[in-house]
Amino acid sequence: MPGFDFSNYNRNAALHARGVPLPKATSTGTTIVGCIYDNGVVNCEKLHYIAPKIWCAGAGTAADTEFTTALISSNVELHSLSTGRDPRVITCMTMLKQHLFRYQGHIGAYLVVAGVDPTGVGLYTVHAHGSTDKLPYVTMGSGSLAAMSVFESMWQPDLNKEGAIALCAEAIKAGIFNDLGSGSNVDVCVIEKDKPTQLLRNYEKPNERGQKERNYRFPRGTTAWLNQKVISKEDMKKYVTIETLSGDDNLAAGEKMEVDV
Amino acid sequence: MVSQHGVQGVLGEDGIHVDMQHLKSGEVNLGTSIMAINFKDGVILGADSRTTTGAYIANRVTDKLTQVHDTIWCCRSGSAADTQAVADIVSYHLNMYGVVNNEAPSTQVAASLFQELCYENKDSLSAGIIIAGYDPRHGGQVYSIPLGGSLHKQSFAIGGSGSTYIYGYTDAHWKENMTEAEGIDFVRNSLQEAIKWDGSSGGVIRMVVLTKKGAVRHLYLPDTNYTGPGVTN
Repeated sequence: MPGFDFSNYNRNAALHARGVPLPKATSTGTTIVGCIYDNGVVNCEKLHYIAPKIWCAGAGTAADTEFTTALISSNVELHSLSTGRDPRVITCMTMLKQHLFRYQGHIGAYLVVAGVDPTGVGLYTVHAHGSTDKLPYVTMGSGSLAAMSVFESMWQPDLNKEGAIALCAEAIKAGIFNDLGSGSNVDVCVIEKDKPTQLLRNYEKPNERGQKERNYRFPRGTTAWLNQKVISKEDMKKYVTIETLSGDDNLAAGEKMEVDV
Repeated sequence: MVSQHGVQGVLGEDGIHVDMQHLKSGEVNLGTSIMAINFKDGVILGADSRTTTGAYIANRVTDKLTQVHDTIWCCRSGSAADTQAVADIVSYHLNMYGVVNNEAPSTQVAASLFQELCYENKDSLSAGIIIAGYDPRHGGQVYSIPLGGSLHKQSFAIGGSGSTYIYGYTDAHWKENMTEAEGIDFVRNSLQEAIKWDGSSGGVIRMVVLTKKGAVRHLYLPDTNYTGPGVTN
């Protein structure tokens, strides 16, 4: 029979009725930020490709951010091919918000959309329920409060590229250090007009593993003992029969474990 | 997020309590102060600029005054996602109407479109919208669509959580046929009071003045006690 197989639905309903909890989707503890400057836009952490000059940072349910950005990326490319124009950030944002609104927040994707298009620089946030904001600097995810505090105290309207990258990295670090959910390294994506987009993976690594000062390998003889008794093979033969196997593996075939290669 | 004290909202037909204020958890809320008034030469729309997710201010400079046609605008309150979606759909239909009929739509047409969407989808929307527009035939008009999706033509309308604090103020100070300056003062002073008392409202005061000359935007900042800078376009 062609079509979908819904047998797992009944199984899952039966399991759920017996008190088996639903599996939990992975939710990413995340800090994501974006910041515009004179002729470009910087975007940090957990980056997804939409178009060559439009990138998306995702927080929330990891699988949802991955698949929605992939879907919209695909549709943006088809749209760009059919219109023969470069894709616009606002087009991408509108497609994302209409998709997410249709699913009433069940798709848990919280996104920062950033890019450069023929109309200029664009920077937006898109919430899972489908609302959007347009701002000169934005943060999202569990570390968004820490990151926003950095922007609110250090952002200026006349940032240059280096200043914007440094500020975004600083904001992400505030998320890494002050939010339990966020951690590890800073990725940066710099999108500029008339220049190839730079994806600086691990732009900063504030959490490198240091050399451990001690280890758990104890030297021989660390454990003290009270007495020692050596039982020789000859002594054992008084109680049990001892057979010596040859070094040939085939002779001990019955004892050998089967191993997948 | 069920109300802690007292019952809000309405009873469903089977007597089950329906909380109309309910927002899905994590949803962005426009806990808002919005208003629109008629004055001598047209209409004025006004709004605060705060959007919240729970206790966090997600955007402190939000623009809740949304253009749906050349001289038809709306004030949005309730869920940010819902009101943006509704305004986007209405905007699409009005622009289509303008092209097909080679004539700008009237404010009433816009209000009816909003009402259709808000009433037919009342179970899944939390949107309180005020529509204000200027058209050469009818002049300035103000319509209000509260939560259930009813449509009311009014001389002025207030909405959002902050509006409860200014029913008395606006009623005491309202005058028909004010001048533009009087109208701006009325809106600014009312919203200033709403922002003062309502914790979910705040930030800057945005205004749009709609007359036969078109739309003019105003901005009033808390830094200067909402005295300026005034016209921004």
